[in-house]
Amino acid sequence: MSNQTLGSMGPVETAIREKLTTLLQPLQLTITNESHVHRHHAAMRAQGGGNGETHFDVLIISAAFKGKSTIQRHRMIYAALSDELAQGLHAISLRTKTPEEVDPASAASSR
Amino acid sequence: MFCSVLSSSVSSLSRNALSVGWRTPAFRRFLSDEARAKIHAAVNEHPVVLFMKGTAEMPQCGFSRAVIQVLDMHRVPSKKLRTYNVLEDPELRGGIKEFSDWPTIPQLYVNGQFVGGCDILLSMHQSGELEALLEKHDIIPKIESSSQS
Repeated sequence: MSNQTLGSMGPVETAIREKLTTLLQPLQLTITNESHVHRHHAAMRAQGGGNGETHFDVLIISAAFKGKSTIQRHRMIYAALSDELAQGLHAISLRTKTPEEVDPASAASSR
Repeated sequence: MFCSVLSSSVSSLSRNALSVGWRTPAFRRFLSDEARAKIHAAVNEHPVVLFMKGTAEMPQCGFSRAVIQVLDMHRVPSKKLRTYNVLEDPELRGGIKEFSDWPTIPQLYVNGQFVGGCDILLSMHQSGELEALLEKHDIIPKIESSSQS
């Protein structure tokens, strides 16, 4: 179902996982913390390197995206995470797919 | 620059469109009508308008740099592209997020329409959608399938 990165999950990652799971009932939700890659950037330096939960990459496969453009899908996610984005969450890279977009054969799965 | 225009009072929340309804994002607080009109004018002033961190010559963020590189790859002429450095203007940085109803930078507009951020641009580039969009709006010349020279 979902993959877990090494180490413990901080509060921001936990919130992302919980909120997106509730909103999207995903087939797959993979969250990768990439904050360490960005810790030397100017904005992060100003925050003392950030709190280690500033940049994430999120891959979501969900039927909830059916019929929605990429912008609509991203807006759904941004709306769900607006509190986090207002605080320490600086950036999220989003990859959004429906099950059919990943594997067209799965479209026939509901019998 | 937007500094003098955007240093105005807290806006009303009565704007319609793009509203999620059940939740008001935390950034939806800063935009006065005057500032909104200024941004609206800016996104319509050039065919391609990019709100980014840093400048086209010196991006200050990997995501902004990626968008500049993609636009370069499609050979968008510099006279058709206008970039705004949000790092120089905190009010613009907050204002454009509310204007676009989009929480992150970079943000690209083509012919006054919001197209998306870095992820969307990269994905459109890979799918060919970006080239089609730029050709459709005469920002880059259409490449004919067979050419005679």
